[in-house]
Amino acid sequence: MATRPRPKTPSPAAGPLKRYRSSVGKKAVMAVTGAILVLFLIAHAIGNLKVFLGRQDFNHYSHWLRSVGEPAIPHRVFLTALEVVLTVAVLLHVWAAVSLARQARRARPVRYAARPKAHEHRYATHVMRYGGIVIVLFVIWHLLDLTFGAVNPKGGNAQPYDKVIADFDPSRWYITLFYVVAVILVGLHLRHGLFSAVQTLGWGRQRRYPAVRVVADVVAALLVIGFVSVPVMVTIGVLK
Amino acid sequence: MKLTLKIWRQKNAADEGRMASYEVDDVSPDMSFLEMLDVLNERLILEGEDPVAFDHDCREGICGMCSLVIDGTPHGPEKATTTCQLHMRKFKDGDVITIEPWRARAFPVVKDLVVDRSAFDRIIQAGGYVSAPTGSAPEAAAIPVPKADANDAFDAATCIGCGACVAACPNASAMLFTAAKITHLGLLPQGQPERYDRVVSMVDQMDAEGFGGCTNTGECTAVCPKGIPFETISRLNADLLKASRG
Repeated sequence: MATRPRPKTPSPAAGPLKRYRSSVGKKAVMAVTGAILVLFLIAHAIGNLKVFLGRQDFNHYSHWLRSVGEPAIPHRVFLTALEVVLTVAVLLHVWAAVSLARQARRARPVRYAARPKAHEHRYATHVMRYGGIVIVLFVIWHLLDLTFGAVNPKGGNAQPYDKVIADFDPSRWYITLFYVVAVILVGLHLRHGLFSAVQTLGWGRQRRYPAVRVVADVVAALLVIGFVSVPVMVTIGVLK
Repeated sequence: MKLTLKIWRQKNAADEGRMASYEVDDVSPDMSFLEMLDVLNERLILEGEDPVAFDHDCREGICGMCSLVIDGTPHGPEKATTTCQLHMRKFKDGDVITIEPWRARAFPVVKDLVVDRSAFDRIIQAGGYVSAPTGSAPEAAAIPVPKADANDAFDAATCIGCGACVAACPNASAMLFTAAKITHLGLLPQGQPERYDRVVSMVDQMDAEGFGGCTNTGECTAVCPKGIPFETISRLNADLLKASRG
């Protein structure tokens, strides 16, 4: 009856770091890095809303990000440290995702002929894996646009407020549309991601699931509304 | 009832396999799904053809032997029900039904709809047990177990090891099966001494068998004939993280 050789019994753990290379460990890496990125997104969304306080407030906020803690902390050290943490978080998140996706692909060499009518959250795998790729591409564009100014009509040396207003000008409605679609994709990613992180970190219980889902949905929805409001308000002419 | 069955036929592990179509007449709505396949097989034998191989044993919904992915859903359309307890009244006259084996690298097809589920046995061998001295049964009240823990442990212990969770999972992950055993033993006093070694060994074995990782989609619990709760997976995660922190 034996149709394939018995897989080698794995050797016992060679230290705590090795544990994070198991499929469960990789999920923990995704959960923790994902949580760091969500905390950043919340701060980012709140910061963005300062654009509604006017040109001066928004530009001042941008300047403050570079001078946090001065003179105790030298100029731009806080922001640079934050950028390093975020970059490492993104790289680890993507590494875990790619490696789990490849493991999953190997785990089912022959696919089903009948497509199931969708039981639970079939959409999650698409939103997480393929959505994740789109989000990475969006982030690259977004950095080239509003951080480095390379693809911004005002270029890299303009004031932040002017870059935002020029970027989402009514004539560039397609840029606004791209941002809105990408941000909604981020929201869907977080909808499953936040719930998933709770489960992965070991806090998921039947009695808590309804509340966890509500919190995940509300956080995702608030972030989407917060992020989308700025480009939409510029495009429809409320912000000038 | 008259039905059209599209069934996966595969002579042996080396064969590539293909879908084959069969017409079955005179199906009674009171037949179980497996009895309907028995009727087809009797006819195939009389016609001198090779009958369709499928796994079955108790036909009472308690042994975990029957399988079958029916129209894309493991154990078919009825919730919390094994294929042997699924009845043809769930289908309509003239239906076309697709029947496939569990699909996973760790569950190689032996023949037709029969897959080798020894990978599950090896996961259990890696740690799904408690080491206890043998002898006469201990006095029942000697080790108190809180009622809530006993309930949750029993819910997890109802797993029959059929493998529907793997078949349904978009990643072909064996997390629900492994987590059911981790939860069952981890909630009881007898399971404590080996608790953290157990989770490490069982997860390592699960990965070594070639199952995918869990992405918390919940497909597994949705199709589980025993309704093993989703929280068992989170309990496994908690134990593994605790074991990793040392």
